[in-house]
Amino acid sequence: MDFISILSIFVLACFVGYYVVWSVTPALHTPLMAVTNAISSVIIVGALIASAEAASPIAKYLGLFGVVLASINIFGGFAVTERMLAMYKKKGK
Amino acid sequence: MDFSLLAAAAGGEGGAPAWAMLAYLVAGVFFILALRGLSSPATSRAGNRYGMIGMAIAVATTLVTHDLANLVEILIAVAIGGAIGVVVARRIAMTAMPELVAGFHSLVGLAAVVVGFGAWLDPKSFGIVDGAGQILAVSRIELGLGIAIGAITFSGSVIAFLKLSGRMSGAPILLPARHVINLGTLAAILGLIAAYTLSPQGGAGEGWMVLAIAVLAFIIGFLLIIPIGGADMPVVVSMLNSYSGWAAAAMGFTLQNTAMIITGALVGSSGAILSYIMCRAMNRSFISVIAGGFGADGGAGAGGAAREQRPYKQGSAEDAAYMLEQAEKVIIIPGYGMAVAQAQHALREMADKLKEKGVEVKYAIHPVAGRMPGHMNVLLAEASVPYDEVFELEDINSEFAQCDVAFIIGANDVVNPAAKTDKSSPIYGMPVFDVDKAKQVFFIKRSMGGVGYAGVDNDVFYMNQTTMLLADAKKMVEDIVKALD
Repeated sequence: MDFISILSIFVLACFVGYYVVWSVTPALHTPLMAVTNAISSVIIVGALIASAEAASPIAKYLGLFGVVLASINIFGGFAVTERMLAMYKKKGK
Repeated sequence: MDFSLLAAAAGGEGGAPAWAMLAYLVAGVFFILALRGLSSPATSRAGNRYGMIGMAIAVATTLVTHDLANLVEILIAVAIGGAIGVVVARRIAMTAMPELVAGFHSLVGLAAVVVGFGAWLDPKSFGIVDGAGQILAVSRIELGLGIAIGAITFSGSVIAFLKLSGRMSGAPILLPARHVINLGTLAAILGLIAAYTLSPQGGAGEGWMVLAIAVLAFIIGFLLIIPIGGADMPVVVSMLNSYSGWAAAAMGFTLQNTAMIITGALVGSSGAILSYIMCRAMNRSFISVIAGGFGADGGAGAGGAAREQRPYKQGSAEDAAYMLEQAEKVIIIPGYGMAVAQAQHALREMADKLKEKGVEVKYAIHPVAGRMPGHMNVLLAEASVPYDEVFELEDINSEFAQCDVAFIIGANDVVNPAAKTDKSSPIYGMPVFDVDKAKQVFFIKRSMGGVGYAGVDNDVFYMNQTTMLLADAKKMVEDIVKALD
């Protein structure tokens, strides 16, 4: 992909983010932060490439370290979001 | 589809095969759905599942399209990280959520730095080299920015974590000439990124430049957060949330990965919007929050002058219980003090007792109550308060005139009428609850000594209809519950 295509995706995604986030109910702003934290750990993709390709041993171990960090976030972020969301209940339930 | 072609492309360096690019796009769409789900508590859990599916797709796609020689080591790394994450997520107290989120942000930041260095050491695997084996100029900018933003996110979040968890004083630490130092460091980082981009050699030759970018960015992240006081932390946590997104987006540009770019843009805008909401709810500009120092000199203004002894009425749990029972409508305003005292469960018990006696109970939450956006909502949800009894500032503020009792527990600045009337007050212009319109006000406060975070005296303490309940919030509410029996 050329730079302009990537930039287009990025700019449009910013607009999607803008409208989607404004529609999030304020009561769920804490879970929002927890889940955005989990999904921003998609950076694990980069860590996986570094550790899988292993053309440089330092890059491999850096990559594996990155995989550990991002995994803490992914599992921790989704789990804590799930735990919070399970507590939100309607009246009379 | 021509699978042999796909398989051939899968082994290639640089650009990912077409199906993998589609898979990353699908992962990105799942992440959008994850946030969309949060528009209502009813759909939120499905949203969280979408997020998990998106992540699984992204990880699986990456593993399948790359060399699987180190699969065992990678799985061990995932297992270690995953186990730590799940244990922490299960054990953490809901009141500690702000520092948990800050801590998680620091990990995203550090991961971004690590990935940046990985890509710089092994550019070929990341597909960012030109014909001569040099890292592409545009990739150098993205790498430099990704490492810098990641490092700022890391050190800034570590400081935010230390301040929120009380391991470091929440008071602002003000260095002399800090604005000059910060701007100078920022300029140096941008200069280094430019120098790195323009330098002719690729690879390890400019190692010192990439390292210097990371080191300076670590330092500025630290410098940016230490002057910001405890109650401005909601803004800081949201801002760091935003940074962690931009860091992921920068890495997504480097890897030409749509899942990372979409996620980065989503998280970046999410954090930015939350910061904006918090600033608006305090009527302060983002710049003034980031410049820091609020709360250090807050009492020097009109608030300081008004701190003479004034008569106030003090009551007991029995008085409060009696008045609450007689009321038709009670509005409860929780604040950070409720979180500190862990009074949310006792509070819900009190509300249940009142509801049994036919009293209408509602909760009113200010956008900046607590230490992160939505902090009070989570605590009330933890105590099984139904979310349809909890209201936002603008939805409930007109109801105070018809309510019999406004019950303030651990909040202060968000009910201070000085924000509406006193132009010299540091909180002037901040939207506040009109508790002065309620027939009766009960104000739970530890003592008359402390005066909110902004350091301003509060006229609500001295109103005729106000009764001060001076005690630990949890103990006082438990006593009220007993008195209601």
